[in-house]
Amino acid sequence: MTSLRGRLFAILLTATGLIWLSAVVWIYSGTHRELEHVLDTRLQEAARMVNSLVASTGMTTAIAALPGPPPEAAGYERQLSCQIWSFDGRLMARSSGTPDGRLTEAASGFSDRIVDGEPWRIYTVANEAAGLHIMVGDRLGLRDRLVSDLIKGLLAPALLIAPLLGLLIWISLGQGLRPLRAMANDVRTRDADDMSPIDSTHAPAEVKPLTQALNGLFAKVETARRHEREVTAFAAHELRTPLAGLKTQAQIAMAAEDPAVRQGALQQIVLSVDRTTRLVRQLLALAKLDASGEPQAREAVSVGAVFEEITDSAFGAALHVTVAIEPVLRELTVQASRELLTLALRNLHENAVQHMPPGGQITWRMTASGRGIAIEDEGPGIPEDELALVTQRFFRGRHKSAIGTGLGLAIADAAARRMGARLILTNREDRPGLRVEIETGA
Amino acid sequence: MRILVVEDDPILADGLQVGLNLAGMTVDRVESCADARAALATSVFDAMVLDLMLPDGSGLDVLRDMRRAGDRTPVLLLTAMDETPDRIRGLDSGADDYLGKPFDLDELSARVRAIARRGAGRAAPCLVAGGLTLDPASLSATLDGMALALSRREFAVLSALMERPGTVLSKSEIEDRLYGWQEEIESNAVEVHIHHLRAKIGRGAIETVRGLGYRIRTAS
Repeated sequence: MTSLRGRLFAILLTATGLIWLSAVVWIYSGTHRELEHVLDTRLQEAARMVNSLVASTGMTTAIAALPGPPPEAAGYERQLSCQIWSFDGRLMARSSGTPDGRLTEAASGFSDRIVDGEPWRIYTVANEAAGLHIMVGDRLGLRDRLVSDLIKGLLAPALLIAPLLGLLIWISLGQGLRPLRAMANDVRTRDADDMSPIDSTHAPAEVKPLTQALNGLFAKVETARRHEREVTAFAAHELRTPLAGLKTQAQIAMAAEDPAVRQGALQQIVLSVDRTTRLVRQLLALAKLDASGEPQAREAVSVGAVFEEITDSAFGAALHVTVAIEPVLRELTVQASRELLTLALRNLHENAVQHMPPGGQITWRMTASGRGIAIEDEGPGIPEDELALVTQRFFRGRHKSAIGTGLGLAIADAAARRMGARLILTNREDRPGLRVEIETGA
Repeated sequence: MRILVVEDDPILADGLQVGLNLAGMTVDRVESCADARAALATSVFDAMVLDLMLPDGSGLDVLRDMRRAGDRTPVLLLTAMDETPDRIRGLDSGADDYLGKPFDLDELSARVRAIARRGAGRAAPCLVAGGLTLDPASLSATLDGMALALSRREFAVLSALMERPGTVLSKSEIEDRLYGWQEEIESNAVEVHIHHLRAKIGRGAIETVRGLGYRIRTAS
């Protein structure tokens, strides 16, 4: 059942019905027992009364034979029947409406019998002095009618009240559930970008956990959206400058009459397109890192093969930078996501190449702990106060390179985190340059 | 016209330098707030093109410091952040104009000419002295209605003299207008240009004030 109101209504109605039913059963059996007792006592008293009458009037077997009037239809007003029999088996007297046949064979006390197809309850008193049996009885059917009439009397108003009660329950439930409806209204009518928390000060205690959970969700969504907006704004900003450069250089190429100027502008355009392409590639890589929530599948990755891939690319080739890779790294196989590892190592490599003087050497080695990979360049290093900032997106410090996007170390850091590793940046102690380690925690 | 460009992106800065140069301006280029402050302290510029996001801070800080120190150099802000609130903040910080990236090079040149003109206290786009008229937008000159063929340097020397009619400009002041920092200055270049100009526009048009410099003659 999807409606809380309907569900509560059904439960309440069933419970009320069950309580009523058990009350009726209880009253029925109680009343029945009480009535039996009262009517039995009445039988007994009536028999004794007749007996005492017989005794005081000196009635004998001889004078008791009187014809009775014909029996009438039995109602409440004709409940008791009386017969007086002599010990030798003659009917001495009977009350009107009493069957002709002997009511009971029992000599004294209570007995149940079927007379003329009807169940009777009879009480017999034996009068030894007069030689008579005095029998007083009533029909059991009558007793049952009494009880059932009583129960009907109880049930009739209850059945009348039942729909009223149902209506009352239904309305009360509606009133009780009003805070929920108000909350639903609040959430339904708000704008798509309205992430303000739901006011839960007046919410009932049962609804509070729900509002708190919702508000928690709103806060999380809002944080994610703000982050997304910031990244998008930054990306747009970072793309505008190279676009402005491209347009300016293109306009120079169109306007310049000096072939040397035109040639220079065209070269700048090619350079700018390369740089912008790389910026877009890095932005996409970042967006992908941000978007994929599920952990990447781990596999056995040959670090040597990854190095082949990233040092093979033409990036930085013009700078005549040499790359030295420790032999032990080439043989190394690690359990990691190939994509993330390549992304991290490639961006570290490109960052190093960008900051290298021509003819310098980049060195990849195993860290002292044996659980990480380190890269060392011969660039200017990073000022100590900027070391903690360079993994921020679009941060370009004082030692920025001309072609840097401000994203490389941010991507390497994000990829490392996704792999469960962390990036440690230090300036080299043996000479100017930066040393970056990817260290796995395990 | 000498312009200071403060832009850290190398390709865009190169484009600005070459592009404004094509429009007849002498361009000096720096990449940081610190260098911009140093340049302003040592040279006089007719206008400044200032990027907002620089590696060592915000261009707005440079601008505010300039205005606080009473520097009246016209400033055009050039930035990727061109939302209306950004523009308002920039203009209210003392900028004379604002252009969002990417922009049209010709528009940028025109705006730089406009703020430089206003900075020099002029409203008319053309420089006029006697029968001589210079149009900085098209880099063309006329003498008594006749087109005058001038080299880029000659045009620059003449416009420097005509921007302040009646004022004497020293040789080094004229040199400052002609050459950026990186350019080699020949020792007698100004004399040579003046000599060529006199041949084209008449002996008496440019007056030599002995020991001080040169002055344009306003009445023919």
